[in-house]
Formats: sequence, structure tokens, C-alpha cells
Amino acid sequence: MSCSGPVSELPSLSAALDALRRNEVSSEELVSELLRTIECWNPTLNAYVYVNSEEALACAREADARRRAGDPAPWVGVPIGIKDNICVRGQPCTCGSKILKSYRSPYDATVSRRLREAGAVFVGRLNLDEFAMGSSTETSAWGPARNPWDVDRVAGGSSGGSAAAVAAGMAVAALGSDTGGSIRQPAAFCGCVGLKPSYGRVSRYGLVAYASSLDQIGPLTRTVRDAALLLSVLAGRDPMDSTSLDVPVPDYIAAVDQAPDDLRGRCIGLPREYFAEGIEPDVAQAVKAAVADMARLGADVVEVSLPHTHYAVAAYYLIATAEASANLARFDGVRYGLRVPSEDVLEQYERTRAEGFGQEVKRRIILGTYALSAGYYDAYYLRAQKVRTLIRRDFERAFQQCDLLLTPVAPTTAFRIGERISDPLTMYLGDIFTVPANLAGICAISIPAGLDSRGLPVGLQLMAPALEEARLLQVAHVVEQTRPRLPRPPLASRASGGSPA
Amino acid sequence: MNEHTTCSEDLAAEVRRVAKLARIYVSEDDVAQWTRDLGRILEYVRQLNELDVDSVEPTAHAIPVANVMRDDEPRPGLPHTEALSNAPAARDGLFIVPKIIE
Repeated sequence: MSCSGPVSELPSLSAALDALRRNEVSSEELVSELLRTIECWNPTLNAYVYVNSEEALACAREADARRRAGDPAPWVGVPIGIKDNICVRGQPCTCGSKILKSYRSPYDATVSRRLREAGAVFVGRLNLDEFAMGSSTETSAWGPARNPWDVDRVAGGSSGGSAAAVAAGMAVAALGSDTGGSIRQPAAFCGCVGLKPSYGRVSRYGLVAYASSLDQIGPLTRTVRDAALLLSVLAGRDPMDSTSLDVPVPDYIAAVDQAPDDLRGRCIGLPREYFAEGIEPDVAQAVKAAVADMARLGADVVEVSLPHTHYAVAAYYLIATAEASANLARFDGVRYGLRVPSEDVLEQYERTRAEGFGQEVKRRIILGTYALSAGYYDAYYLRAQKVRTLIRRDFERAFQQCDLLLTPVAPTTAFRIGERISDPLTMYLGDIFTVPANLAGICAISIPAGLDSRGLPVGLQLMAPALEEARLLQVAHVVEQTRPRLPRPPLASRASGGSPA
Repeated sequence: MNEHTTCSEDLAAEVRRVAKLARIYVSEDDVAQWTRDLGRILEYVRQLNELDVDSVEPTAHAIPVANVMRDDEPRPGLPHTEALSNAPAARDGLFIVPKIIE
């Protein structure tokens, strides 16, 4: 196989499942093709931090044997990529951090167990910002993932490896995690679909915790239907995660397959605060074009207000870092991970953590510890939690007026590698449209809207009330059909082609 | 919010204090860098003071579940050897750490 041109067309997850079921392709063929693509393009994109070639092929052969023997499990032999902060038994789980460089998971995350039981094959570990703290995958200790649409630009983050791999054909589908936009923003930057389920919909057991009240695992896929397929395996109550909800899981695949051709009877809200200044004109234009198409399909489009949107980034970065400072206390060089030995235990902790964690993780631990420390708790952490209540109420009011909200995913398309990394606050402010859904615990999806004038993907975000993933996926599927189909990404730098900076 | 934190010298002392609490060794370069970063971020988050939140309940979790209990039944945990498999130092089924009490 030549590595000189863009990737060959790889099937969607839906197509892969069908082809396997009809014996048109074997799992071994599917996985081999995937591994060849990874071999070609991973050196450029750095999407995978670990590829499980031998074991994946062995699992694929075993899956083919199981299928021949009549195993009815629906996913037998389907390759899935996993973000490197979700445990898969026997595989590395570095979280993009030096402190977990040599860690191997002794157990499966619940989502991994569910996929394994369904028959999925784990191909490799996908790059991420260190401990999922970042919006560009540049804080990974293993170097940044690169954007398949312009390799000089970021893939987004923190699930940048997952998004880049799916967009470049190096994964049929992947898992990511979303604490403040970490699935949706990289999906938007790379031109794929990213779903953040409602808080409590998917078990977090085996996801290395960043901010426990905000974290949620979800799919990154080529299509909305693929996201529905994956969610149907991931969703549901898990005794190992007491925050996973014991509520019925609707049939997401049926919701998509039985979607009407139009949007009659659907009320779509446009929150005016999400269309304020600061959005790139091309992003605003792409959203407007989608709105026009939705109206043409019969949707009732109304303007709504989420008045506390402006405060979401401040509240998020206090709450998330406070929770992170507590969660990351476990990395102390005692039970797992790096240890910088010392005779004195306190010095051992301090040296281990100073050496093991990268700058952004330390910055967030410092901020979070500060916000929780005596004398500042009320002023920062408690106040942020109260503002979280106001943001939650904004959504409750908005959803009394409409069924779903439509917004941009991020104010800009993918930015250049290095452009924002030395300016944390500017990086944080790019999360303005994604953090509110995490603070409110609602579900949200990013789908490709089209390309900007530089040829970079623009994302559309749809948000629905908590646990309304079926509604979200159904409408997202209808909207997806109206959007221009993206060409294949060039997997090259655009700078050499002379396009404007 | 607390007025004295706006002074960068005091904030540098706060960074040292907080780093100690967080068990992270900091060099003087780190202190300088994080004092700048923290100063800017705190300045930004102080906009939350514009809101009147006196009568607002805090949200710790977005979903209304509390005190979830499971049945008190024994179940197998991670086998001993696997629990120790990632330990930087282990012996006789135990984690080895520096002496803590003289």
C-alpha cells in the first residue's frame, strides 16, 4: 500500500458491522487494512500512542472463528480505538503523562468490558492532552496529535487522537472522554461526529478521573448513526459507578433509523449568547446555513437566551481544577506510576509529582488547590458551584421553549500548533460553547457543518435535555443529511500549498 | 474576593504554599511562571463576583442522586498480584515506601 496520497475510504462503523455480518469482509482483513493505514499515517498525525498490532490481529482471527462458529454477538471482530485514559486490561494507560509511562491496566473499564463482551477488537491507544487537560492535545507528553486537514494545526483536544484517527481512516470509531468539550471540539476540528452523553448515562468506571462531576465517556465516529450504535453498547447503569443512572436506555439505533425526513414539529433554539462577537465569520456562516436548512425542513427556529453563558468558563475552570486537584492526589509514586525515590516520603511525593506531571496539569492542580484552600473556598469554589446552578437553570428555562439548542462548537476552526499553548487563558476561552453542557449535565453532539474558506472543518453543536440522547441523535441525523459531505482530508500541510495563514 | 492576592509578591507566596499542599516541588522559575498564570486566571474568574448568588444553592452534581448504596455483599476484588503489578517497589505482597515514623 502506498503512503503517498490521502487515505482510502474506510467503512463507517455501520458499514463495517454490516459487511462483517454478511461475511463480505473478515475481521482479519478489516484490522489488517486499518493497521496498514495506521502504519502509513500515524508517523504524521501521532494519533495513536500505542498500537496493539499483534494482539489485535490475533483477536480478529479469533473473532472470525467465533463468527464462523455462529457467535451472535453483534460486534464480533469490529475494531475500536480507545482514548488513552480509559482502561483496557493488559494494555498501557498513560493518560498522555510521564507519570503513567509504564502503567498497564490490570482491569477493564466498564465501557471496555461492554465492548469486549460485544466482540470488539481493541486496536490501540489514542493520544490526548495529559490527563485530558487541554483543548489541543499539545499537553500530551508524547507530542501533539495533528489535524488531518492541515498537519500544522491542532486536532483539538483533549480527545485529539481519537478525532484525528477517525477522520483519517485510522479508526472505524473511537472512544473519547468529555469534561468540558473534549469529545465535541476535536470532532469539530477534524470533521467527525462526537457525542457527549448526559452525565450518568455511561459508566465512568475505569476512566482515569479528571473532574468527576463533569467527566463522561462518549463516541467519536464518522456518522451520527455510528454514534448511536456505539452509545447503545456503552449506555446503562453500572454498579461500579454510583453516579451512573438506573434509568431505561432507549433504542438509539431505532431513533436514527426511524428518523423522519423532515423536522416538522421540532423547535430548535438559537441561544443568542452563543452568536455574540468573537466567532469567526466562517463559523457563524456555517451555522446560519444549517439553520436555514433546518427551517426549510419545517423546524420551528426560535431565539432563546442562556444569560449566564459568559460566566461558564470561569465557573468551569474553578470546579474542574478543584476536582482535578483531589483526583490527581493519587499519583504519589506509591502504588503505581513513576517514583522519584527519596529517603524522605514528603520529598518523594514532591519530586515524583514535579517530574511526572507536565506544566498544564501542575498549573491546574495549583489553581484547584488554591480554590479549595482555607480562606478561598467560599470566594472561588463555592461561588463557582452557585454559578453552576444558574447555568443549569438557564438550560431548564431554554428547554421549556424548545426541544434542542443549536450552536457553534467552538468560536474558531482548528488553530495552529503552538499558537495558544503558552497562553492558558486564551486556550481556556475557546471552550466557551462546550463547557456549559458539562456543567448542566445535559447531552450534546458535534456534527460536521462544512469547511471554512481555508478548507478546515466547522462543527455544529446540538444540545438536548439530560437523558434525551434519542431525540438528540434523531435530529442530528436529519441535520447531518442536509450538510455537504466532506471530502477526504488531505493529510498534509496547507502552508506549502500557499493558502493564507 | 480576597484583596491581598492581587499583589504579585503575596501571590508568589500563595503559589509556594499551595504547591506544598499539593505536594509538588516548585523551582523559583515555576513560582514566577505560575504566579503570572494564576494572577491572570484569578483576575478572569473574579468576574463571577458580578453575580448575586447569595440565595443560590450550589450544584455539586448535575444529577439528583445522593447516597447511592449497594448491597453489602462480598465480591471478588482485584487479585493481590495484579494490584501490585504496577507498584514502583513491592515485596512480600506489600508496597514498599520510605520510613514514615522513626
